[in-house]
Amino acid sequence: MESTPNEYAHINGWGVDADPTNEPTHPIKNYTGDDHQRLNWERPPLQAVTVEVLKSNERPNLTAVFGTSSPPSGLSGIIRRYAFKSSESEYGHWLPLLLADRINVVEGIVDDLRQGHIPNIFAEKGWKADWKYNREGLVKNLLVGVVVTTAVIALLSRKKKKSIR
Amino acid sequence: MLAMNYRGPFRVRAAHKPYPEILHPGDAIVRVTRSCICGSDLHLYHGLVPDTRVGMTFGHEFIGVVEEIGSSVQKLAVGDNVIVPFNVACGTCAFCKQGLFGNCHESNSQATAVGGIFGYSHTAGGYDGGQAEFVRVPYADVGPTIIPDWMDHDDAVLLTDVVPTGYQAAEMGGIKMGDTVVIFGAGPVGIMAAKCAWLFGAGRVIVIDHLEYRLDFVRNYAQCEAYNFKSMDDPVLFLKKTTDWFGADVCIDAVGGDASGSALQTITGKKLLLQAGSATALHWAINSVKKGGIVSIVGVYGPTDNLVPIGNVVNKGITIRANQASVKRLLPRLIDHIQAGRLNPKEIITHRVPLEEVADAYHIFSAKLDNCIKPILIPPSARK
Repeated sequence: MESTPNEYAHINGWGVDADPTNEPTHPIKNYTGDDHQRLNWERPPLQAVTVEVLKSNERPNLTAVFGTSSPPSGLSGIIRRYAFKSSESEYGHWLPLLLADRINVVEGIVDDLRQGHIPNIFAEKGWKADWKYNREGLVKNLLVGVVVTTAVIALLSRKKKKSIR
Repeated sequence: MLAMNYRGPFRVRAAHKPYPEILHPGDAIVRVTRSCICGSDLHLYHGLVPDTRVGMTFGHEFIGVVEEIGSSVQKLAVGDNVIVPFNVACGTCAFCKQGLFGNCHESNSQATAVGGIFGYSHTAGGYDGGQAEFVRVPYADVGPTIIPDWMDHDDAVLLTDVVPTGYQAAEMGGIKMGDTVVIFGAGPVGIMAAKCAWLFGAGRVIVIDHLEYRLDFVRNYAQCEAYNFKSMDDPVLFLKKTTDWFGADVCIDAVGGDASGSALQTITGKKLLLQAGSATALHWAINSVKKGGIVSIVGVYGPTDNLVPIGNVVNKGITIRANQASVKRLLPRLIDHIQAGRLNPKEIITHRVPLEEVADAYHIFSAKLDNCIKPILIPPSARK
């Protein structure tokens, strides 16, 4: 059965963008052929390189602009540089980046401490909101954490005692 | 200046960072008046997106006031109130000329598969985002759009991503009059896709999610059907049955990397990071659409492999359309819709949080506390 506007009178704007010729092919419909010119479009002025910017090996040059947030540094930076030797289609690119991200978290804590800042992990994890909206869940998680930590410590100290004998 | 600062998975804080600089003649510095936390920010927050570095500021949904402009900027002036699309786009490359502002080739040195995005890891260009008091906006003559005088700024900030992404999801579905449209995910983008599906003449709009408060919200806001997949043995079977055993005409995946619903994909995706998040929603979309139907994907997937039933795509002759929203292309039409009252984005905002409490805001949104649909952050300088 065909839909009629009356059926949808309660929906403001029903069908206003309906176009019987609409195909889900935009922007293919607007294909200009410009990409056959490859990199020959008029490039904007190039941003000066003031920090280390890693570049995908799937393109010949840096883009005209780029972000300068958190340049690679430390051990995580070494791993990131290594990752960029592989193309975006390789696990050799993405998995080292994920590893670098995790190492970078530890570097962040060391950096904080070096600057005399003790990170407030509870605040950074938003536990104040948990205390307000999810008190039961927070208490449960804390209890589970305490029980698991105690069990691990007990197990480790038991093994130690055995090995002393 | 104060800015959100990423410290690792599930850990962020508000901290002081240097004021951003003009680094290119086409840059502007924008003083942020509102920024949102997006569902896709949660992928970064959860540690799922490679090359998310400690110290970065997230935030690709923001509006603000132009504070400074570079020497070549012509279309903006200091003091202008602007909507800043989440895409960083040059406007001159082959892809921008085609309207593919989400696929600009001159904004992201670090990957070719994705264009530049504010505050979205180094995989998306390494730009600091707008969850801050000030932000550097490259290509200021291309993306930023002046906010009309009549427009509520709460509506404006949602035009930076969530509304265009929801609209483009419906547009890419190629919806024909009377089509049955199924949307997986009742987050802000899924909600907006449901709302926009009607504008294209959908005959029936169905939303699938697992959180009752979101289902209630989308039912009321988008006047659609909404079902909880946790109450179903098999969502695909349910959808086949409710569409006369045919399947939906159009399925929209508005979930992506954080999808719930499959233990195998959760373990391999979200826990082991061996595939790009959990592709459960995409799996269901491909299997629920009719033969010859269209699957439209706006859910965020990371760059690595995933377990997509591509054989079914071939066998069923499905058209798959997917992209980041090209915000700039869609803005004029969406501004018309808001002015005419057809879209009312600000109604999805449930939480307004001072930037100083960004860690709590992330946790509330991520853990789905306090019936949160969409949080926005207000910097201290915007509260004076």
